[in-house]
Amino acid sequence: MSSVPRFWRSLGSRYNLEGTHCKECGEYFYPPRNFCVNCRRVGHIESYKFKGTGEIISYTLIHTSAEGFEDQAPYTLAIIQLDEGPRLTSQVIGDPEKIHIGMRVRSVFRRLGEDGEHGMIYYGTKFVPADE
Amino acid sequence: MTIGIVSYGAYVPRYRIKIEEIAQLWGDNAESLKNGLMVYEKSVPDIDEDAATIAVEAARYAMARSGVDPSRIGAVYTGSESHPYAVKPTSTIVAQAIGATPNMTAADFEFACKAGTAAIQACMGLVGSGMIDLGMAIGADVSQGAPGDALEYTAAAGGVACLIGRKESELAAIIEDTYSFTTDTPDFWRREGMPYPEHGGRFTGEPGYFKHVTNGAKGLLKKLGTKPEDYDYAVFHQPNGKFPTKAAKTLGFTKAQIAPGLVVPKIGNTYSGSCLMGIAATLDQAKPGDRIFATAFGSGAGSDAFSITVTDRIEEIRNRAPTVSELIKDPIYIDYARYAKHKGKIRRA
Repeated sequence: MSSVPRFWRSLGSRYNLEGTHCKECGEYFYPPRNFCVNCRRVGHIESYKFKGTGEIISYTLIHTSAEGFEDQAPYTLAIIQLDEGPRLTSQVIGDPEKIHIGMRVRSVFRRLGEDGEHGMIYYGTKFVPADE
Repeated sequence: MTIGIVSYGAYVPRYRIKIEEIAQLWGDNAESLKNGLMVYEKSVPDIDEDAATIAVEAARYAMARSGVDPSRIGAVYTGSESHPYAVKPTSTIVAQAIGATPNMTAADFEFACKAGTAAIQACMGLVGSGMIDLGMAIGADVSQGAPGDALEYTAAAGGVACLIGRKESELAAIIEDTYSFTTDTPDFWRREGMPYPEHGGRFTGEPGYFKHVTNGAKGLLKKLGTKPEDYDYAVFHQPNGKFPTKAAKTLGFTKAQIAPGLVVPKIGNTYSGSCLMGIAATLDQAKPGDRIFATAFGSGAGSDAFSITVTDRIEEIRNRAPTVSELIKDPIYIDYARYAKHKGKIRRA
């Protein structure tokens, strides 16, 4: 899936949806940017923890899964717009029949994958329908 | 020094399997099992859930209820008999996920079904001595029952987190005292690297559960000079519905006292989360001033008894996170095949 140090470097954003916010223009960034693309040199970047709520912008149902996700197929991958603005791609847990564009979702803590039976377990954020 | 529960949070996975579904596969009589165990269905983790994810969800709900700054937490202890790693703490994952790192201590606990209450006692000591400000104690499990074994009817998944503190204005419940009763009793064990636990069958009853629960409970009542009727509620470790009901009766507690905390019929035995789940379900409906008597049991064997008094603050924090009854409503029922896949009992070749 990925190397241990690579995963470890992004623990904050994977576990806790930690991103950044520009105090100058107000834009939020996820994954975190340490430089504001709008304000450039006059931007003021601060770290920001996203609330974890948002809505589904688009989604697809995966039947032929990526390696390591076979036992979860069919599963939903969605583009989610967080309430603060940024969009991210994540698995949405729940009945694929009920998932729809515009659906409110909230973040949960799940296993994202593992490096086989001997390797590291990767934890992080997925989403569920907000009313669950 | 007053020590108590600043906040609590519970988590139960969404999936359930009914006793009938397991019994029809193994040729057992579902009705006699349900009557004997007083368990009707049990919770099953999702494919991507384990003791760590359950501990994190419970701890996050506890943080949401408390509203405290996570950097005040000086210790995170997670009790489980199903830690996802044999070596590598669950508690560091939880601590990171609630934002409590890095100025804190952490360790994992294991004592069969009472590792969570052992974690509470450790936090009480650290908080009471002034070594730390707040401590997060968690009991979480995705417990294992071998295919066809009696445990398969009850071994469930769930967890509860308790934030322990000493600032009186912050306490939702005061822990007046705790008392433990411990002996070396081999009623249940799992050897290193083995996927399923072994148990002593009927031996788990009298010399295991009942001896330790009753002695632990009596010890605390004696220490405090209290009687069962001094309490509004009681919770006993619930490996099934029958054991806590019988223990309560033996000790002189009524069915009404244990009813709010008796969640095992609908979710099964959540092991390290079991007694704490009963305490959480009781806190969900207790009123300020109510007293709760609780005794956890862990095979191996030991019991931890607690005397708790609910404060006015409970009303303020209760609705900031889902209650146990909200968590367990609206389950998704699955068949044995799906259950076996979720639990890794059958694997893709």
